[in-house]
Amino acid sequence: MSATVDGAPGKSYVGRAMRRKEDPRLITGRASYVDDINLVGQLWAAWVRSPEAHAKIVSIDTSAAKEHDGIVAVYTNEDLDMEAGLPMAWVPPGVEVNTPEHWVLAKGEVKHVGDPVALVIGDDRYAVVDAAEEVVVEYDPLPVVTDPEAALEEGSPLVHPQFGTNKVCDWSLGGGDLEAGFAEADVIIERRVVNHRTAGAAIEPRAVLAEYRGERLTVWSSTQVPHFLRLFLSILLGIPEDRVRAIAPEVGGGFGSKLQIYAEEIGCAWASRKLGRPVKWVETRSEGMMVTHHGRDQIDYVKVGARRDGTLTAWHSKIIADLGAYQMLLTPLIPPLSAFVMCGVYKTPAVVTDVTGVMTNKFPTDAIRGAGRPEATHMIEIVMDQLAHELGMDPLELRRKNFIAPFTTGHETPIGVVYDSGNYEAALDKLMGHVDVAQVRQQAEGLRAEGIYRGIGFCTYTEICGNAPSRAVGPAGFGLQGGGWESATVRVHATGSVTLYTGTSPHGQGHETGFAQIVADRLGIDPSQVEVIHGDTDTGPFGLDTYGSRSLAVGGEAAARAAGKVAAKAKAIVAHQLEAAPEDIELRDGKFSVRGSPDKGLTLAEVAGAAYVTMDMPDGMEPGLDEQSFYDPENFVFPFGAHACVVDVDADTGKTRVVRYVAVDDCGPAINPLLIDGQVHGGITHGVGQALYERIHYDESGQLVTGTFVDYALPTAAELPSYETDRTETPSPVNSLGVKGVGEAGTIAGSACVTNAVLDALRPLGVDFINMPLSPMRIWEAIQEAKGGVPA
Amino acid sequence: MSQTVPVTLNVNGVEHQLDVEPRLLLVHALRDNLGLTGTHVGCDTSNCGACTIHMDGKAVKSCTVLAVQADGAALTTIEGMASENELHPLQEAFWNDHGLQCGYCTPGMIMAAAGLLAENPNPTEEEVRHGLEGNLCRCTGYHNIVKAVLDAAKAKGATVGATSGEQSGVTA
Repeated sequence: MSATVDGAPGKSYVGRAMRRKEDPRLITGRASYVDDINLVGQLWAAWVRSPEAHAKIVSIDTSAAKEHDGIVAVYTNEDLDMEAGLPMAWVPPGVEVNTPEHWVLAKGEVKHVGDPVALVIGDDRYAVVDAAEEVVVEYDPLPVVTDPEAALEEGSPLVHPQFGTNKVCDWSLGGGDLEAGFAEADVIIERRVVNHRTAGAAIEPRAVLAEYRGERLTVWSSTQVPHFLRLFLSILLGIPEDRVRAIAPEVGGGFGSKLQIYAEEIGCAWASRKLGRPVKWVETRSEGMMVTHHGRDQIDYVKVGARRDGTLTAWHSKIIADLGAYQMLLTPLIPPLSAFVMCGVYKTPAVVTDVTGVMTNKFPTDAIRGAGRPEATHMIEIVMDQLAHELGMDPLELRRKNFIAPFTTGHETPIGVVYDSGNYEAALDKLMGHVDVAQVRQQAEGLRAEGIYRGIGFCTYTEICGNAPSRAVGPAGFGLQGGGWESATVRVHATGSVTLYTGTSPHGQGHETGFAQIVADRLGIDPSQVEVIHGDTDTGPFGLDTYGSRSLAVGGEAAARAAGKVAAKAKAIVAHQLEAAPEDIELRDGKFSVRGSPDKGLTLAEVAGAAYVTMDMPDGMEPGLDEQSFYDPENFVFPFGAHACVVDVDADTGKTRVVRYVAVDDCGPAINPLLIDGQVHGGITHGVGQALYERIHYDESGQLVTGTFVDYALPTAAELPSYETDRTETPSPVNSLGVKGVGEAGTIAGSACVTNAVLDALRPLGVDFINMPLSPMRIWEAIQEAKGGVPA
Repeated sequence: MSQTVPVTLNVNGVEHQLDVEPRLLLVHALRDNLGLTGTHVGCDTSNCGACTIHMDGKAVKSCTVLAVQADGAALTTIEGMASENELHPLQEAFWNDHGLQCGYCTPGMIMAAAGLLAENPNPTEEEVRHGLEGNLCRCTGYHNIVKAVLDAAKAKGATVGATSGEQSGVTA
């Protein structure tokens, strides 16, 4: 348990597993997601989408659709009068990024299945779908490319011929002498690690409701980024920002897929202005699988050198990233994010990562839970196991041999990234307190007779979150067109209850509870007295929203600082009233009192009364009790941990079952352990899902094969075990809470951990290495191949 | 617009007369016609279960039932699970155990769990996991959902089963 703020004695809510303030509305069906909101005069939108992966649009006949009962308008690209297409925010210094125009409705050609060609608006949710089917589009198919390596070859069909290439850009990050490192190595191994395309698959599909009324635009969207959305609505539609309001009401999960500026958001807002009526669109799942951005999809060529004793000497990764047909908000930046943590938890002296982004006729990729770090951790940890096997070493011994020694105030990696704090050995020790490898081996022996192969896999990781220090991510650093600070406003009402306005925008994480705990401690009140308001650009100051496990480490710290400012003002008021010096006032047991005389103190409600009634305020002090913080962190934060997974593989069918999963994560001191465990459970499942079940698969003609939940296999409760979680707590020196993020950790460790377990299980069968997704078919084929019988 | 047909839906004990298109999905009748937006839609293939409600005492996916098929049926939605001042034991358990994050799958999950417990009041963990197979959650990894259902089953004297519905001429 952490101490109270400024060391004062008394109750602390931080550190407690409090049940959530959000839940009563959610468990009773009283929450309002976008599709739960309806406006008077509301119209519905449906999109006509390309069935072709690449084609010239010869003609679009909207006449029948326009005559359909209840239809108000049908628009094509020719009708659009927008300032620009959809945005891309990455401009890395000195690197040319081939970025095609990306219009809300396709202009001249379609580039992927699902590319929107017409927008149908009408007064009934079913009628617009009927009418959309009556829009007749004639396509002239063009050659399609879906394989990123083939797309780089001379003579490949070009997704956007104007660039003369499918390459988006080459980008590199590295440090140390790679050549010397490989020269020094006794063993060099190389692996081609495939990290296949996946979907975020939030259970709430995307939805937009736009209302242009009285020269003001309000857009409700199922988004992670209402502040970004307002900014781009303003820019693309040419409406001053003060007259645009973006609201992310209840949002049913994001996982990165709602960190985007989508055509449907801009299109519905544009149509609402055009028609003077509210316009609503709700994505169907089959649309969502097609046109909500995907993640991962890269081929990683990894080359690693080590000495015979296991000491790593050099690590080179070449990433070929399939970015799809357009560059969306952060599309080309995501693979480079891997590079920042390609040192992992190891003291490898030379680490270089080369990234090549490639265009194909698929929907764009972008951030999905972990965004670059799961890909990095996957390739590092898979290859560590491969190396251990090559060296005849225990995989954990190899890891321990190379761990960066514990540090509390910064460790600079060869690539120049400074990890904030870490103790990798301690996390692994704690994990091994829960896991008995010898016992697993013994069980494996027993199961062999039944044709079951039991394996155990590990993953030790660190990642980068808490984005971001503006100087590091801005134009001169990462190349983002903005910084990474966060805002918070703490407003104490006259009767002493409190509203916190945060610039972050949750979609299930529990900010309303965790942030209330932080603020409550600093003001001597109960978290139930703190209402947390988020996701509405009209209520609070500008903010930078929620993604990349940033909310607590940046937004939570901003909340702590704003509350700290309120406490400081409260102390000055109390000092004046009690005729004491402000520095002698402490917060103790819910009262601001003179140190040593706790009886005479004032509660926050009494201080607030004084601040608003203003009959007895210190000279020159402004009335009110309302403070704001814009917090820009000095560094990122780097959570870490160690995970273990036990799997059973049925050698006859190739089917894998996760038997046990143990996770030790370190995200600094816990604010609310209940929320941390929840994030870890979900994160692990995302990783397990990718390793075993989930795959966005396009065939060679660019058709999406896994376009619904029938084919895209999200894990269900029946496939999974209950998880075992534990923590170590290494404070971050970056923020006053000592916290790091935890929203993505489970996913970052998960796929590698499961894959290593499966490969461990398969080794007695002669299978040393296969890539995800570890479907029964792929495993069965690998087993047959190892037996010498090559399957057809 | 095609012609409409009259239907009577008894939802959470209140009778509603509606004129609906024959193709109108029950979930849309509940959400758009009756304003009961606690029941959600998460897919178009009956995989996710976010739309699960009770129809004459059985858990059904209301995206796969036409409103006309529910004519005369007694329906319970998430809005009907809590009594005036008391949460249903499953709601309480989901809250206590952090069995939800974004909350979107939660109403369906609770209704499916209630259906499960009606048939099997003391399930094992394995039985809960298989019983909830038709409901997808992306946030929780099911860990705390399973825990909540087991805890609700244990809750003393709790009637956690499916809501009773009058048997009537349902054609589903």
